[in-house]
Amino acid sequence: MKQLLSGNEAMALGAYHAGIVVATAYPGTPSTEILENLARRDGIYVEWSTNEKVALEVAMGAAYGGVRALASMKHVGLNVAADPFFAASTTGIIGGLVVISCDDPGEHSSQGEQDNRHLAKFAKVPMLEPTNSQEAYDLMDWVFKISEEFDTPVLLRATTRISHCKTVVDVSRERKADLKQPAFIRSPSKYVMVPSNARPRRNVMEDRIVKLRSYVESFPMNEMILGDRKLGIVSSGVAYQHAREVFKNASFLKLVTTYPIPVNLVRRFAKEVERVIVIEELDPYLEEALHQLGIPATGKDFIPIIGELTPEIVEQGAVKAGLLPAPKLAHKSAASAPQLPARRPQLCAGCPHVGTEYVLRQLCFQNPSSPGPIKKGEVIVTSDIGCYTLGVYPPLSALDTCACMGASIGQAIGLQKAGVPNKVVAVLGDSTFMHSGITGLVDAVYNQGNITVIILDNGTTAMTGHQGHPGTGISAKGAKATAVKLEKLVEGLGVKNVNVVNAFDLKAIESTIKRCLETEGPSVIISRGPCPLNAKVTGKPFKVDADQCTSCYTCLDVGCPAISLSDDKAVIDAGVCLGTACGVCAQVCPQEAISEIKK
Amino acid sequence: MKDVNVLMVGVGGQGVILASDAMSEIGMNSGYDVKKTDSLGMAQRGGSVVSHVRWGKQVFSPMVKRGEADFLVGFEQLETARWAPYLKPGGVAIVADVVVIPLSIIGTKTPYPGWKEIEGILKQYTEQIYLIPAPRIAQEVGNPRAINMVIVGFLSAFLELKSEAWTENIRRRLPPKFLESSLKAFSRGVEEARAMRLAKGVEK
Repeated sequence: MKQLLSGNEAMALGAYHAGIVVATAYPGTPSTEILENLARRDGIYVEWSTNEKVALEVAMGAAYGGVRALASMKHVGLNVAADPFFAASTTGIIGGLVVISCDDPGEHSSQGEQDNRHLAKFAKVPMLEPTNSQEAYDLMDWVFKISEEFDTPVLLRATTRISHCKTVVDVSRERKADLKQPAFIRSPSKYVMVPSNARPRRNVMEDRIVKLRSYVESFPMNEMILGDRKLGIVSSGVAYQHAREVFKNASFLKLVTTYPIPVNLVRRFAKEVERVIVIEELDPYLEEALHQLGIPATGKDFIPIIGELTPEIVEQGAVKAGLLPAPKLAHKSAASAPQLPARRPQLCAGCPHVGTEYVLRQLCFQNPSSPGPIKKGEVIVTSDIGCYTLGVYPPLSALDTCACMGASIGQAIGLQKAGVPNKVVAVLGDSTFMHSGITGLVDAVYNQGNITVIILDNGTTAMTGHQGHPGTGISAKGAKATAVKLEKLVEGLGVKNVNVVNAFDLKAIESTIKRCLETEGPSVIISRGPCPLNAKVTGKPFKVDADQCTSCYTCLDVGCPAISLSDDKAVIDAGVCLGTACGVCAQVCPQEAISEIKK
Repeated sequence: MKDVNVLMVGVGGQGVILASDAMSEIGMNSGYDVKKTDSLGMAQRGGSVVSHVRWGKQVFSPMVKRGEADFLVGFEQLETARWAPYLKPGGVAIVADVVVIPLSIIGTKTPYPGWKEIEGILKQYTEQIYLIPAPRIAQEVGNPRAINMVIVGFLSAFLELKSEAWTENIRRRLPPKFLESSLKAFSRGVEEARAMRLAKGVEK
């Protein structure tokens, strides 16, 4: 049956049909929908794990127990999970273990760009890459077979334009009926990696790669398409599709097994064509592999190493390299793109993060929009990854850092310990705190970090589309679960100064932050308010009294999408405003011109 | 069957993804190879959204090349202007009469471009420009959120497939509560397209 599926939907369906029993993930764009789709299926255990490291360890445990298991994550998630990823490669697995890494070239929704193909080679783990949803679906069957046959985790690597692109899939299979029964086979020499056991495993790993090298030579989804022999293009992933689009007549070698690569097949292809080029997104990973084989391939001298490829970027590169004639300009009169105001993502109307970030800007920054040496009395605000990171943009402009999950707390400790004379506040969300803020806070307690940690607790993982986390009490399948109480957790870690404030009460937030900044030792403020998109919050909308409004624009500093100007006076869009459920703008208006619409 | 390349653009929350999903599935069910991809980054937070939809005999890249879109379907005026360079010469620009002012320019000296300016930008790429009163029509059918259905109806009038192919798909996607008004919005979109094309003298 033909279905139009995104790569993520196809991988989820393929994994389900391959008979997976356990699936784990921490949400992260562009990987989130894989687990979301699996959560709708019966007969599988599915969890949102605390973070990617835990996700992979749970999947590893399941595979040790003899069943097929899957852990999916975004590219930077595999950094977090690198430790168990390498460890699983060392021990091998029994049940079949697949890790899906969804890379985000061009950083559509990420803090950094990285090419995770290197991690496969680095960890000596076989890697396969689909070029469309059909292959994503089909490959799920293969990757588990490879995992079990070679006793190894397998990395399935996708990118944004594979994960989030819908293509036609012929769904040809059904869920495997003959699933293996879970059972653990005791084998300390395989599973207990003391040095004396780990050393022999190194030999096993190297032998495995040698066997895989020969296996991939006949892997049916690697494909040689011989057209015009003047130019041969080696490619993989979505870059292959762009290349097919741009080079209508060339010869192609599509590689699906990208670690190890089928060396003999590549050599054969190189002999069939006069010139070999490589078209690949991000690093010259395949190109360098070809160079090692002595094949004088080119690629990165005309295809960018940075960012996402598009058909026109590939075409421009090809023209630059003299491989294609310059295309006729579609539009002569308008060579340059129109200069128009940008539309950035923003925090929503009624967002519980806004109040705290507004107060932080007032308290911590003298002139929020001017970078440079920080002045005496100003406060450094280290931050983290989530919706609240949007508070870096004007008008809030309330953040100083954002690096990686959980880093805000460690950075705050470091700035303080370095002797920077300013106070430091770390800001992170509830999901991020669970993910990797806890260990940072333990460090602050142990090492007496003189910092204030603000946990913006909106009760969900909002940025990726409202997934559960340990604090929410809701499982990946939507069932009731045990909620880890933030304040109890923080107290249990040894923090003495723990405060809970209403995220919409600006005065309380301000006085609590001020008090915490004055006290010695680590302090925690939990600023609590529900994400309005998740909790379906309703409130009676507010209005601006035009006679009282003096056009001071203070309310615009909140950055609420419900507030705009009309005839230079503030106006509130009642269809968007959450009014009584929020009330931040009414608290900042010096004229008290904002109030509930009374009917 | 002719290949069709469409760019649907707008702002998070306007129903661009639902419209492009529907269009893609309709293409597949009508025998096309189809690919579609969205750039939405953090669109749920009010950013720009763009969906590429490609129908063809065999589609390779999921992305429409700049200068090759047969249709630029804009759910918001500024976003339509932003993506104008993707139109092929003589392509069709369909623009909903919707303005969503970016937060970043409220209270600043940067103005939101007026329709004349936006039309001027589009005119550098095509003469086929249709500004449709989608919000008014959606109001009239009693479902202000059905603007996307008016737009989809309007677009459908330019394509070879029968109306039923569209309405059948829409039926499967929408909750019963909004179905009737959405289908009405769709057919009002179709009518609007016929009337405007007649007025322009391009209707067969």
